[in-house]
Parts: sequence; C-alpha cells; structure tokens
Amino acid sequence: MTALLLALLALPLAGAAATLLPALGGRRALWLGVAVTGADLALAIALAAGFDLHRPAAMQGVTNVAWIPALNVRFHLGVDGISLPLLVLTALLTFLCALYSLKKLPAGGSERGWTGLLLLLATGMLATFAVLDLLLFFLAFEVVLVPMYFLIARWGGENRGPAAFRFILYTLLGSAVMLLGLLLLGIKAGTFDMTALAADHGLGLSRGTQVIVVLAVGLGLAVKSPMWPFHSWLPDAHTAAPTAGSVLLAGVLLKMGTYGFVRVLIPSTPLGMHTLAPYLGALAVIGILYGSLACLALVRPGAKGDLKRLIAYSSVGHMGFVLLGIATLTATGINGALFANIGHGLITGLLFFLVGAVKDRYGTADLDALAGAGADTGAALYGRLPRLGGLLAFAAVASLGLPGLAGFWGELLAMLGSFQPAAGLSRPTFLTLMALAGLGTLLTAAYLLSVVRRVCMGDPTVESPATAKAPALADVQGIEAATWTPLVVLTVAAGLWPALLLGLTTPAVKALLGGS
Amino acid sequence: MLTVAAPALDHLAGSLIQSVDWVAIAPPLVPAALALVVLVADLFLPPARKALLGWLSVAGLVASLALLLPLRSGHRRTFCLPSPTLPGPTHGPTSCSYVADHFALAFQLLVLGGALIVALMSLVSVEDDRLPAGEFWFLLLASTCGAALLPACRDLASLVVALELASLPAFALVALRRDGRGGEAALKFFLSSVTATAVTLLGVSFVYAASGSLYLDRIAAALPNVPGQLQPLTAVGTVLTLVGFAFKTAAVPFHFWVPDTYAGAPVPVAGYLSVVGKAAGLAGLAAIAVLGFHSYGRDWGLALAVLAALTMTVGNVGALRQRGDAPHSAVRLLAWSSIAQAGYLLVPIAAAGYGASPGAIGATVAFALVYGVVNLGAFAVVTSAGTRLDEYRGLFARRPAAALAMAFFLLNLAGLPPGVVGLFGKVVVFRAVVDAGMGWLAVIMAVNVVIALYYYLVWTARLFQPAPDAVATGRRVPSALVGALALAAALGVVLSVDPQIVLQLASGSLFG
Repeated sequence: MTALLLALLALPLAGAAATLLPALGGRRALWLGVAVTGADLALAIALAAGFDLHRPAAMQGVTNVAWIPALNVRFHLGVDGISLPLLVLTALLTFLCALYSLKKLPAGGSERGWTGLLLLLATGMLATFAVLDLLLFFLAFEVVLVPMYFLIARWGGENRGPAAFRFILYTLLGSAVMLLGLLLLGIKAGTFDMTALAADHGLGLSRGTQVIVVLAVGLGLAVKSPMWPFHSWLPDAHTAAPTAGSVLLAGVLLKMGTYGFVRVLIPSTPLGMHTLAPYLGALAVIGILYGSLACLALVRPGAKGDLKRLIAYSSVGHMGFVLLGIATLTATGINGALFANIGHGLITGLLFFLVGAVKDRYGTADLDALAGAGADTGAALYGRLPRLGGLLAFAAVASLGLPGLAGFWGELLAMLGSFQPAAGLSRPTFLTLMALAGLGTLLTAAYLLSVVRRVCMGDPTVESPATAKAPALADVQGIEAATWTPLVVLTVAAGLWPALLLGLTTPAVKALLGGS
Repeated sequence: MLTVAAPALDHLAGSLIQSVDWVAIAPPLVPAALALVVLVADLFLPPARKALLGWLSVAGLVASLALLLPLRSGHRRTFCLPSPTLPGPTHGPTSCSYVADHFALAFQLLVLGGALIVALMSLVSVEDDRLPAGEFWFLLLASTCGAALLPACRDLASLVVALELASLPAFALVALRRDGRGGEAALKFFLSSVTATAVTLLGVSFVYAASGSLYLDRIAAALPNVPGQLQPLTAVGTVLTLVGFAFKTAAVPFHFWVPDTYAGAPVPVAGYLSVVGKAAGLAGLAAIAVLGFHSYGRDWGLALAVLAALTMTVGNVGALRQRGDAPHSAVRLLAWSSIAQAGYLLVPIAAAGYGASPGAIGATVAFALVYGVVNLGAFAVVTSAGTRLDEYRGLFARRPAAALAMAFFLLNLAGLPPGVVGLFGKVVVFRAVVDAGMGWLAVIMAVNVVIALYYYLVWTARLFQPAPDAVATGRRVPSALVGALALAAALGVVLSVDPQIVLQLASGSLFG
C-alpha cells in the first residue's frame, strides 16, 4: 500500500521530468502521457483493491518521514475512505484527458510541453488528496497552479490570456490568505499534522482563533471551490481552457477546495466551523440559485450563450450543493457532499468532453450559432449525430440529478442533511436553505432540458448558422468512445449502487466529526 | 608580591595588545589581501593577459569560501576586551568586536558565494563592456571584504566602518561603465548612501551618549537601565541607527537610486548590489536590532514593520509599471522586485522586535540565502539574454536551457512550485510574523506576494511564447557565464528538494 501510494505520486512527476528530454517530441510525447497516466490509473485501481474496506476511517498506506524539521514539515501521506475515491477519480480523468489529446491536440504549443504540464498537474492533484501535513497540503495546492495556467494560456481558446491570469491571481490571493490561516492553526495547535489535528478536534484552540482560521483557510478553499461570490474567475477560465483543461478544472481542481473543508477545517476547528456554518450554507445556496439563474439566462435564444460557459456556471450551482452539505456539519450532509464531488467530477467531466467534441465539429459552442437565434431551429444532434446527441442528453439529465444516476444522491443527501442539521445549528435557517436549494434543482432541470431541446432536438433538414457551415460530420469516433465510456458506466454505477461509495466515506466522516 | 602582580600585568597587557585569531578573520581577509595583489599585478600585466586577474579573483573567492569550513562550529571570536565591570584576575564575560557565530557565517556564505557568482558573470562583462580590469576586480574584492566583515562585527564603530567599506567601492563600480549613464547612477547612489550613513552616525552617537559603549552586548546591558530623561534620546537613537541601515537595504523612501543605478551599472554589478549589498545592510540591521537594542524592540519593531510594508508595496507597484519595450526594462524590473524583496526581508526582523521566537532572525537569513541564489541566477540569465523584457519572447525556442533556468528562478522569486524553496522561504517569513501576532503585516505581505506573482508570471509566460520571426541566433554563451548559471540553478534545485539545508537556520537562535 505504502509503495503503491508513493508510486502513484512519483510516476507522473517522473513522467513530467522525462518530457524535458528533446528525444520525446511529437506524437511520442502524447503516447508517453497516455502510458504514464494509464499506469497511474492502474496503480490507483490497485490501491483501491488493496484498501482495507473494513477500516475505511483509518489512514492506510501511510508514509511519515521528516522533510523539513525546521518548519516541522513532515512528508506524511496516507489514504482513507474520503480520499480514496477522489484519488481514483483524479487518476481516471487524467488518463482520459491524455487519451483524448491523442485524437486532437489544440493548437498552441508542442506536444512535449502539453504532456509535461498535464503530468505535473496530475502530480499536484493527486498529492493534494494524499498528503496529511498542512504545509504539504498548501504546497500541493500550489503545484497545480502553474501547469493549469499554462494549459489555459497556451492551448486555450479566445480570450485565453486574461482568463488564465484571472484564474491564477484569484486562486493565489485565496491561497496566500489560506497559508496565513494554516500557519496560525499550526502554530497555535503546535502541529502541522492533519491526523493529529483531527484527533484533537480543536482542543486547546479558542473560539476566536478557530473563527479566524476558518475565515482565512476557508477563503482560499472557497475561491477554489468556487463559492459565490468568489466564483467569477471560473466561467472565463472554463470557456477559454482547452477541453482537457476544462475537464480537469471542473472534475478535480474544484474538488480540492471542498476536500479541504472536509479534511482540514471540519475536524481541526469544529467551533469555528460551527459559528460560520450558517453563513457558509447561505452562500452555498446563493451559489446554487445564482448558477442556475445565470444558466437560464445563457440558454435563452438570442443570449449568445456559450455552452462551455453554461456548464461552468452550472458547476457553481453544483458545487453549491457540495458546500451546503458541508455546512450542515452532519454525517449525512458531508457524505452527500463527498458523493456530489464524485458525481460532479464524472458528469461534468463528461459534459465538457462532449461540448468540446461539439465545438471541434462545428467550430463554435455558441448556442445561438448552433441552434439559431431567431427561429430557434435547434441543432438537431439527434438527427445529425445521433450518438453524440444521445450522450449529451444523457449527461444533461445526469447533471440535473435524475434518480438512478450519479448526480442524484449527492444533492439528495445534502438537502437531507440540511433538513436535520447538526445540534446547535438553527434548524429554521437550514430548512429555508433546503427549500431554496430545492428550488435550485428545479431551475437546474429547466436549463438543462432547454439545452437538450436546443442542441439535440430540431429538424435535421433545417440548417442553423453553424450546421450550415459543416454539413457532413463524423459521429462519435474510436478514441472518443473509449474516453467517454468509463464515465458513462461509472455515472450509472454510482447512481444505481451508491452504497459502494457511501460505505467508504461514512465511517471516515463519522471519525472526522468526532464519533458523533 | 610577584604572584599577585603578574595577573594584573597580564590583564593590563591583554587590554593593550589583543591576540588576533587569524583563522576566524580569514574569510574577509583573503579578499582584502587579494584586492591589493590584483591592483599591483594590474600594473605589470600586458593587456592581453588581463583576464588572469579575473580568474585570480574567482580563485580567491573560492578559497575564502573554503576558509569558512573550519569555522563551522561557530564559536570563534577575536578582538576581545575583558569586561570592565569585573577587573582583576577573574576575567568576566568579554566583549568581542569580531564574532564568527552561525549568524555571521551564514551571511558570509551568502556574501562570498554571491560575490563568486557575480565574479563568474563579470569575467564576460569586463571584456564586453571594456571595463578597466584591474580597477574592476580591486573594487569588487574590496567591497566584498567589507560585506563579509560586516556580519561578524559586534560593535557599532566596526559595523559602520565595514558598511562604508562595502559601499564606497560599490559607487565606483557603478561608475565604471563609461557611457554617461554610469556617472549619473553612481552620483544618485552616492548621495542617498551618504545621507543614510549620516543618519546612522547620528543615531550611533545618541546611543553612545545613553549607554556609554559601542559594543553591542554592553549596549544591550546598559539600555534597560538608562535614566528616565535619556530614554527618549535612546529611543530616537535606536530608530535612527536602524533606519540608516535599512536605507542600505534600499528600503522606502531611500529606494529611488535603485532602478537608475541598476540600469546604469554593468549587469553583474547590479546583481552584486541586489544581493551582496543588500545582505550587508541587512546583516548589520539584524545584529544591531537583536543584540544591541532588544529592550527597545517595540519602538524599532513598529518602525521597521511600517518600513517593510511600504517597501514591499512600493517595490511591487514599481515593478508592475515596467513596460516590455523600454530599454533596460528587464534590469529595472529586477531592481524594483529587489526593493519588494527587501521589504519581505525586513519583516522577520520587525517581528523579532515584537518578541517572535528566536528563529525570526533565522527566517531573514534563510530567506536572504534563497533570494541570493535565485536572484543572482536571474541576473546571470539577464547578462546572457538581454536587458529588455521583449528580448525574452520565445527564448525557449532559441535557448531552451536558459529559458527553463530563468523560468525556475522567476517562479522561485514568485514563490510558486516548482520553485519549492522560494515558496518555503516565504513560508518561514510568514511564520515569523504570524508567530509575533502582527496580523496586519502578514495580510499586507500576502497581498504583495500575489501582486509580485503577476509580473514574474508575465515574464515567465513571455519565455514560452512563440518566437518573433527571424531573430538572429545569439553568439555562443561563454563558459564562465554558463558556470555561474549552472551553479545557481543547481543550488536552487538542491534546495528545492531538501529545503531543510537552508531552513534549519530558522529553527533557533543563530547568535552566541
């Protein structure tokens, strides 16, 4: 286990270093990326297979050696029921992105650079979910920034420069404040070890200190998650990013924020979280409503709504459910949050792949260009590209939380958690939040069904501006099918058999909440 | 009778003739001796052989660095006076002018190592810019001697003398470039520096009046017992002394000379000023503040904190305003960023005034070492790749190794992975200030770190942009410059893998 976890992190890092060799240019670099991420996925699956399911609350595969004794930083890794699903999800999505880039690498730079950055990004993302030291967590959090910046700034679409800068500056401002919070927590508690901090449950930290720590660390996590009103970097970054960038941004990077809440703040500063939970819940619900209303505005005919931007806003809404689940401070709500994390990673990853495929084919993701602004003829994907249209419809209904698919359980549990929030939290407040979140699910259904109507339906003999330019196109191709099938299968599996995931997270969450 | 008199005579003799520990003072002594050798040898060498002087200086600096090794236990001290309060046969605690403790050794490592990298860079520049070789190497070595002497000085007179020895040759170094820019730059540098020295001397005189001694340990003992009417004088004296030293680190508002001087000076000299010159001011500041004026920590702590906040903000805003197409914009950007970094360097010293843990000064030393390595690396790339920011567009396509090294240095300066040591350098500074409970300064610094990130990242992104068409492929880079670059890059990588090497400085008190 220990060796597996170390190899899981070391492999992509070694791969990234290997791309510095000039010999590995051109397609060879892309195949290197596929091989390394594939091997990494195999390691992640082996890790999951070797995971002792009878004690998911315990850290397994632990490495704990001193790295910088002067700062009391230890190289401390481990995996439990909370981080294991996220590690597997990350390895899977990275592999799929590497596989997808084989088909078509967007213009912008060399294959070597692309693969190197993708592997460096993978290292940072996997490390975030595996480290158990506050400063190491911060380091891993920062590692992802530079590669993601370059992926957007070099291989992105229109307006990529400003979007990439906005992404990195927002995140950095958040994480600089987060560092102050982590240092305060570590200095006051006397340790930077997450497991020790979690075992103490805030013992010896005054309520004032805890509130400051939650505010400072929470700001960094909220920017990443993103929580309204710190979300404004997200739509631009998603719209400008290349497909693989969007998939990893939505599928993994956003989860790093919510994971931080669960892993660091809830166990280490319970009093601070308790004080601020209603505000967190309120902002989460504002995010849900804001995200869905923004999407409804984008989907209207004539609004020139970009499909990628729409899915980005829908992420704001979906991450709102995750944050609401966390704010309830109950095992139910946090389980829902973790489930929604995985569900959103699978579904939104798939959605970004599909929209990327639409954009590749028609050269635009603009809804009005695809479906016609005035007449609203519809892009008629069912007629023109039936498999792609069907998959898009599948992903859209999964995203709106159709029971039986992965999007359903997370939202349900988050709302169930706010029906009965943790002791001491105001129940009327959380009931109101739950009702508003329920309204949010309706709005979500409304805009996603509108997307399906405008993009998938319509008369294939009537041409819209975009379809007129590209008359005959290939439907889903080999590499695309290979990339998307695992996501579809897992979306159905997680929807039909939620116990698989909940069985892993429940004991671990209970341990984090202090056995309650 | 004789047996009684002998110790007394001994004591008398001891106060008149000091025994000198030559091993302890060897590191600053070697550059001084070599400076004279170079100056004389210059007279006898034919013009074709002048390059020998440069290699001689490099060898001397390597030897000087090697001479730090026998001192690493950190217990040597020399030029000592026995305590005046305990006369007689039992020699009390002595006050020493020169102490080679870990603080001094760390700064000497920075100064001599920095000077070595600068010397390697200069081997090329001296020839290219047609600088007078003998004078250049003499001045560089003399200034290095002063900067290496300063961190070990433990009385105010030696500190001021060492500081002047470090800065006076630096004015001349700046003026060596004979295209008119150098002269103006040197004059600006000279005038601000002299003002700073005057302020320091005024402060020193106040402190001497109040405490009756120039030795830092005696001042520390005397200051808490200063009579009431002298206390305001003492407070003003401490602040003025420290402010004078802070000015040498290019703190606001005495930073105006920096961008013009760096742009006017030969590029390696700019690198020298940004690292070695700054280290000298900083070492003096830290030693005086912590060893001498500790009891007035609240007074100078606040003054330094405000100064640090202003310095980093002004430096970063200045760096933001650099335009890519302006001449010398790369050097100017590094100049402004070095002002901002000076602000970060002052933060832990201010925190020490507020009673942070003993590691606070170590945080400054550790951060200074990290900054020295990566900043000199960046200057080494600038020496070879050009002084305008626009010249860096597409550098990766032309010279991948130099571009990757530059990206690594810039990300270290910004404090972003993979520049791990740059990141942890900032973390120790943050830790010191959070530990001292100065939340406002921590927040200002956090915002500044993000501002700084913008311009470092713009520069990094420029390296990887597609190259502008038909750029003449540059000439082959001289091996000495490659050596300087490789040295800095290798140090950066090693420190990033194992930051403990340098961060251990921040884990306890370095003095004693």
